[in-house]
Amino acid sequence: MTRTVIQQKSHEQRTRGVALLTVRDLKKHFPIRRGFWSRTVGHVKAVDGVSFDILPGEVLGLVGESGCGKTTTGRCILRLIEPTAGEVVFEGQDVVGLDRGDMRGLRRKMQIIFQDPYSSLNPRITVGAMLAEALRIHKIAEGEAAQARIRHLLEVVGLFPEHANRYPHEFSGGQRQRIGIARALSVDPKFIVCDEPVSALDVSVQAQVINLLQDLQKEFDLTFLFIAHDLAVVEHISDRVAVMYLGKLMELADSEELYRNPLHPYTRALLAAIPVPEPNARRERIELEGDVPSPANPPSGCPFHPRCPIATAECAEVVPEFRDVGGGHYVACIKV
Amino acid sequence: MATMRDARGMEAALREAAAPDTRSGRRTAGEPLKPWAVALSALVPGVGSLAVRRFGVGAWILGAWAIALATLAISRDDVSRALADGGTGDWIALVTLLATVVGVWVWGILDIAVVSTRPVKRTGLSQWRIAARRFRKNRLAMTGLAIMVVLYWVTLLAPFLAPFDPNFQGNIVLNRYQPPSMEHLLGTDKFGRDIFSRILYGARISLSIGFISIAISVTVGTLMGAAAGYFRGWVDTAIARLIDMLLAIPTLVLLLVIIAMFEPSIFLLVAALGLTSWYGSARIVRGQFLSLREQEFVQAAKALGYSDWRIILRHILPNTLAPIIVIATLGIGNVILLEAALSFLGLGVQPPTASWGSMVNDGRDAMITAWWISTYPGLAIVLTVVAFNLLGDGLRDALDPRLRT
Repeated sequence: MTRTVIQQKSHEQRTRGVALLTVRDLKKHFPIRRGFWSRTVGHVKAVDGVSFDILPGEVLGLVGESGCGKTTTGRCILRLIEPTAGEVVFEGQDVVGLDRGDMRGLRRKMQIIFQDPYSSLNPRITVGAMLAEALRIHKIAEGEAAQARIRHLLEVVGLFPEHANRYPHEFSGGQRQRIGIARALSVDPKFIVCDEPVSALDVSVQAQVINLLQDLQKEFDLTFLFIAHDLAVVEHISDRVAVMYLGKLMELADSEELYRNPLHPYTRALLAAIPVPEPNARRERIELEGDVPSPANPPSGCPFHPRCPIATAECAEVVPEFRDVGGGHYVACIKV
Repeated sequence: MATMRDARGMEAALREAAAPDTRSGRRTAGEPLKPWAVALSALVPGVGSLAVRRFGVGAWILGAWAIALATLAISRDDVSRALADGGTGDWIALVTLLATVVGVWVWGILDIAVVSTRPVKRTGLSQWRIAARRFRKNRLAMTGLAIMVVLYWVTLLAPFLAPFDPNFQGNIVLNRYQPPSMEHLLGTDKFGRDIFSRILYGARISLSIGFISIAISVTVGTLMGAAAGYFRGWVDTAIARLIDMLLAIPTLVLLLVIIAMFEPSIFLLVAALGLTSWYGSARIVRGQFLSLREQEFVQAAKALGYSDWRIILRHILPNTLAPIIVIATLGIGNVILLEAALSFLGLGVQPPTASWGSMVNDGRDAMITAWWISTYPGLAIVLTVVAFNLLGDGLRDALDPRLRT
């Protein structure tokens, strides 16, 4: 018992003040408007009180079903969507409170890679012009220096320098994703939100892009928030993994710990759903009943209790606290 | 036998793949410069191109040269008159004529000396280039484009091409209600005025009103639509409600009211037509902005800290340009029709200025005995509107193949 407490403390000390990005109680509620006067009749609680830290050079995986608020979380951190409440601190600077001018300076350090390689590139602009624009706006390079840098960037992401003269429609999905990565890297960021960067790609290309991201992360000492709906994809790249359900974090732990010792029943169900390439393997199956409830009208107490195999009457009343159960393994379940 | 044909087909396919730019009419792109062909083209534009087997372009240039020379021949006397004492219209016509002749000549030289020797480009094709290529293959649309170019050209050259002054009546008793003849190609109206000349001058009114009104309408529509779609919120609500309100009023009635309130004039007409036809483009631009602003490349531009202006002008607007161009082209035909309708009702261009709509009205009371008075201006309206519609449809197909039905 004492050991756990000591570990917990050391983890707190490890993260406090050192974290590159601190998210505290982040909320994003989208109003539901109805009728002629657009009265607000309710809120979709897309993100409802999410807190985590990301250490420098770390890859934090964020996993959850579609519609659970992963993407909204990522975009709120970059303020592509204005959060309703909460705190996002990047390198000691409060991101949420910044005005437009200061935000512009910070944008260089925080970038994003998108899910859909087909809508993430402007179809009217060549790849080179797109990268040159970013370099010029942030006063990184111009003219011949910019061209040299663009050639270098394209090589870094595994494309050819002559691709700079081409338009997005001339590339395949995987190549487009590499171009999206080059755009994010062009401004020398420290932190990148990878918003399901491989979900739209073929499985063979997925592996290539993940390996590329992993190499780049090491080479440029980047920090990632890696969003995915697939635990198997995240396992490969993440140092720590957070599991999200209906706008809330359910579990957060070191990657190895989470896969070896999942504590939350939702995480267990997700892990049990990963297909194993072994037809005769006997394994525990946890099948979840029903659908994800609407985030406009979330269940009382623990949001997972209507589908939880171990839920009791208490679960419908008590909102479980997201607490550390030892060694930086956080879980939101009263049964653990 | 079959294998022979297969082999030959394969060979052709391979050659096609190796040189993707060998399209019809551009067969000799990347050829070395041939001075004798340039000399031929300098003598008679287009012949040089034909000589190096650039048949498509060569024929176009030669045809244009023939038309230019014919025009020069017809307007010999007018040119000397214009040089002696010409009004603004005469000078515009003179400049146009000169520009045509010089332009076709230079086109002939350029095609053989520059275009045919240009090496095949290795860079990617922009979407505009792809659309242009697709457009060129569409015969109907190219016809529409040709008619439109000729119409605007005729408009500028009207003083030289028209055999009579549009308001010249001559001996009204002898001259009126003359059927088409060699002297009066399309006959005369009840005042003895030459219909052919009036149609040429009427083209000026119709086409310039069409062009300027649509320029106003598309500018206003794009600004409104862009503001509504990009900023959303109360801006969007205000503009959307305004459009809904205006759409509820029939355009013709609104136009009648506006014109009735002021003294009728061409400027009023242009302004009224422009300001009553912007809602269509505003709605389409708004829809485009609403969907594009959620696209990930716009989100990426925001994440890179670009300003709103940069995002609107460089990242969203170019992607809405295709539908805007289509609306504008189709809209010109529409506005020309509306102007004709207003002039027919006597509310548009005031007599004696020639306008197609009022000319149709002039012939109304003699439709049976002197059919040519209404018929020819009517045909001019139909030809123009059909040309613009063909052009607009062709542009739509070329710019957005997904819209093709």
